[in-house]
Amino acid sequence: MKRREFLKYTAATAIAAPFVRAAQADTGVYKVGVVGAKTGPLAPGAAITHFPPYQLWAHEVNARGGLKLKDGQRKVQIIEYDDHTAPPEAIKAVERAATVDKCDWIGGVYATGFNLATAPTFAKHGYPQLTQACVTDQGPSIVKRYPGFFMFQSSTTAYAKGAIDVLKKLKDSGQIGNKVAAVNVGDDFGIELANAGRPLFKKAGFEIVYDKSYPLGTQDYTPVIKAASAANPDAFVAWSYPPDTFGLQAAAKVEALKVKAYYCAVGCGFQAFGGVPGSENILGAGGVVDTPEIRDFYKRHKEVTKVDADYWGSPFYYSMLQVLAQSIEAVGTTDRQAIAAYFRNRKFKTLVGEVEMPGQILDKVYTVGQWQGGFFNAVNGEGFAGSNYTQVKLKTSWS
Amino acid sequence: MITKAAGTPAICSSGNRNRSIKSDMDIVIIGLLLGGTYALMAMGLQLQYGVARIMNLANGEVLIAGAFGAFWFFLGTKASPLWSLLFVVPCAFGLNWAIYRVLIVPLVRRSKSQGKLEVDSILATFGLSFFFIGIMVAAFGAQYTDYSYLSEPVFIFGQRYGLNRVVSFGASVILCAALYLWLHKTRAGLALRAVSVNPSAAGLVSINVINASALAFALGGAVTAAGGVLLSMYLTFDASYGVVFTLKALIIVILGGVGDIRGTIVAAFVLGLAETAVATLIDPGLTLAAAYVLFMLVLLVRPQGLFGRRVA
Repeated sequence: MKRREFLKYTAATAIAAPFVRAAQADTGVYKVGVVGAKTGPLAPGAAITHFPPYQLWAHEVNARGGLKLKDGQRKVQIIEYDDHTAPPEAIKAVERAATVDKCDWIGGVYATGFNLATAPTFAKHGYPQLTQACVTDQGPSIVKRYPGFFMFQSSTTAYAKGAIDVLKKLKDSGQIGNKVAAVNVGDDFGIELANAGRPLFKKAGFEIVYDKSYPLGTQDYTPVIKAASAANPDAFVAWSYPPDTFGLQAAAKVEALKVKAYYCAVGCGFQAFGGVPGSENILGAGGVVDTPEIRDFYKRHKEVTKVDADYWGSPFYYSMLQVLAQSIEAVGTTDRQAIAAYFRNRKFKTLVGEVEMPGQILDKVYTVGQWQGGFFNAVNGEGFAGSNYTQVKLKTSWS
Repeated sequence: MITKAAGTPAICSSGNRNRSIKSDMDIVIIGLLLGGTYALMAMGLQLQYGVARIMNLANGEVLIAGAFGAFWFFLGTKASPLWSLLFVVPCAFGLNWAIYRVLIVPLVRRSKSQGKLEVDSILATFGLSFFFIGIMVAAFGAQYTDYSYLSEPVFIFGQRYGLNRVVSFGASVILCAALYLWLHKTRAGLALRAVSVNPSAAGLVSINVINASALAFALGGAVTAAGGVLLSMYLTFDASYGVVFTLKALIIVILGGVGDIRGTIVAAFVLGLAETAVATLIDPGLTLAAAYVLFMLVLLVRPQGLFGRRVA
């Protein structure tokens, strides 16, 4: 199968390359290269979280005349590259953006492993790497090795801890018992979250009554849910990816899984998930505090990109681009190092509030959200002083 | 192993409902439901590969196209997506007929051996799969699609199962039976089976091999798209997801034996039961491993597959 996969990716690159190159234009614009999956397993996530914020941002910057540089205003031109969900293709695309298309800026690529894989390429060509879709506990060591690497995100442990803290609060206030069933997808982030979660559950006084992984691309989650259900847990936690987030929820709904708290990680913040019957009061990674500005962001996002923004990455992606625009305009040139030096140690006003990146890593994120009446409210976070999180509700029904 | 609660066999009471996840019935029913899903994925490919002798790597994309058809119909009308079978199946039949006549026939004509035809058709349909993905991304976007139709419980022997899976299982059984009867009891089916056994000999007894193959290929595409309609009720899919179905279908077809629809049906259910048993009794993390071990064992013992004919 490996060889076939390889053939598939190579053939596709050959076909796609001319079209990507055709997107070049003359100077007088600020060219931003956006590398991510347009096809392959990561494409659905990238189509929601990765590409649209750049489109919305460029649309809005251009609507006000472009980026104000010292030598006049420049319109933003987005050049998108498909990495076919293959790291070597992502590296090639970054190379192409840097050397062939001579982009003024190249955005961080889509998903953690791909950002790590392309980090040497960014560094080689002298491009700072401002990433959003990069969640890992290795952040501090990565930024030490790559001074141009920035994470507009937090660590895996922050997300695991956020979720477990929410459950601990419910337990300590007597709303749920101490038995938790935890499952995870047998892939990067799922395994990392599960590993981070195990000691944290113990520390929080939880008994893990079911702890299993399942392979990526499982077609029926009924056995997983039935087995977890048989262990009589008070809370169910799935360190999951989008397809299994949906699949587990469907199986849990059919089984009417009797838990008072139900958490699933990646994909819970997609609006499509919120629209699935039975998703009310489900907890998941991400969440945002409900404000008129945020509501307006979702509305604009839908109008401009025709895509429903998610409740985890999208607002932060957009905020990251606000930081970028403010830095470019403050520097007033296309000097990438100067731009990076500008946002390295400053506070910025953004959609998600005042943010900064001390140690090249974002200082605040929402870690847990909960679906309540069609909105994925933040119920926990890190670094937001005095933030008014929504009260957590117990999962009482699957209808 | 699973849990203390499930340690005692038969009935262990948990909460309000009697539940015994180790009970054989539960594994059998979940396994059969999953097997039905797998049969839907694989039967179309069996017709295309077993009879028309075209290893169609774009098979999964046709399935996704069927799923999108159902989704689009459901969004537009809010009626049962099953009604979309009425237009998805004829469309898929016509499309696949056209693909065979336009794309595949030249390959068949120029190929000197079965091996050459397989290589050519793999490359051609491989390219075709990208074409389909591109069209679907353009038409429906690359995001996840999930509309959870009939996602409500139905009780069988006191246990809860998804109604959509049960409906899809029923449809799968009907489809399998109909295909089997058609292939084995009708004259057209006989011709198809003859082509499947030996295309050149079939030509000698005045069977129009090209037409028969085109029919098998088109029928395979229609069955695959119908599978997509049924699967879309409970699986999350996206435009790029087809390759997952192609690979699963490929395993099932090879496992069951190329050229015999009974083998595909049996293999689909064996795989469904084995995966469910492993997930329930041992560890859900090992389902994929179990599927491949089973695949390897069968290939070691019967390289031609469960129902396949030994090549003379």
